[in-house]
Amino acid sequence: MRIVKIIVIVLLVAFVGIQFIPTTRNQSETVPQSDFMQVHRVPEAIQEKLQTSCYDCHSNNTQYPWYNKIQPVAWFLEDHIKEGKAELNFNEWDSLSSRRKASKLRSIIKQIESGEMPLDSYTIIHKDAEFSEEEAENMINWITRLKDSL
Amino acid sequence: MKTVKRTVGIAFLALVTVAFVSCKDGNKDHDNSDGHHDNEASAPMSSEMHQEGDTDVNKDMATNEGQDAKAEIILKDYFNLKDALVADDSDKAHTLGTTLVASLKDFDSAAYSKGQQEELNDILVDAIEHAEHISESPMEHQREHFKILSKDVIDMVAITGTATKLYEQFCPMYDGGSAWLSTNKEVRNPYYGSSMLKCGKVQREIN
Repeated sequence: MRIVKIIVIVLLVAFVGIQFIPTTRNQSETVPQSDFMQVHRVPEAIQEKLQTSCYDCHSNNTQYPWYNKIQPVAWFLEDHIKEGKAELNFNEWDSLSSRRKASKLRSIIKQIESGEMPLDSYTIIHKDAEFSEEEAENMINWITRLKDSL
Repeated sequence: MKTVKRTVGIAFLALVTVAFVSCKDGNKDHDNSDGHHDNEASAPMSSEMHQEGDTDVNKDMATNEGQDAKAEIILKDYFNLKDALVADDSDKAHTLGTTLVASLKDFDSAAYSKGQQEELNDILVDAIEHAEHISESPMEHQREHFKILSKDVIDMVAITGTATKLYEQFCPMYDGGSAWLSTNKEVRNPYYGSSMLKCGKVQREIN
């Protein structure tokens, strides 16, 4: 019993302690000219879905609800953002060549089709990031048209 | 006395935990000191991840043989990868994907004209990304990436040329129609493997 108490106290102290460790926030005031939505004419519904479901990890600006500011959630998120941006950064879309754009769009389609993106670990707390069947279909159709027009 | 001891113990443990965690974070801060433009910072990670693998053979063959030799090595590695996919061997494709990443990175376009260099570099960056994905994905994804990789390699050969006779083959069924290159006229389908081994046709001969 005593040991349980000690463990609980230690965890509590550690939990409070780690809150004081600063993390780098992925936030930016400006949307660059090279942003996906500046480069292409994106219908509003698609824009909104991309913002809610993709931009948190695939752009320079993450929306941070309160629970994302709490450790260790913030670290977990930080890692994902880093990886996500390395793979695809919508803010820097126009720096890609046509070949690379087509290639990325193809990957986006596959990821949504297979349900691999957005990540389950993300949608579990961001319910609105999930794709309904209809949303997925609209998104895939639109991106396919964009890819073919490149 | 007991409580004092316990309190000290708890405080110590908590301190160790915090210290441990901050060290971890400290390290992280180093490779991501600039949170707003950290694309560059994260890029080297992926290249590091794919450094291992048996690239020595390629390196030896590539020395001082000029541009075309390096393109030939890329082709050789591409064909090995294709054969692994034909054989439904995902593990082998992982390894060969890594090998191909190395030979793609080893390519140097300096000897080509400005326009060609631009195109080649574009092709290579794309091909490297897909080869990297092949080195770490399950079979189904490997084949998806192989499709785009094949397009890249076909476009590369259009510029570099090759000494070998190649066959561009085409499977109308896979993902709305997909092409690949082979040194053999007989069709062996890398997108379906054993489940539809001979699906496809030769659509073009190179050389």
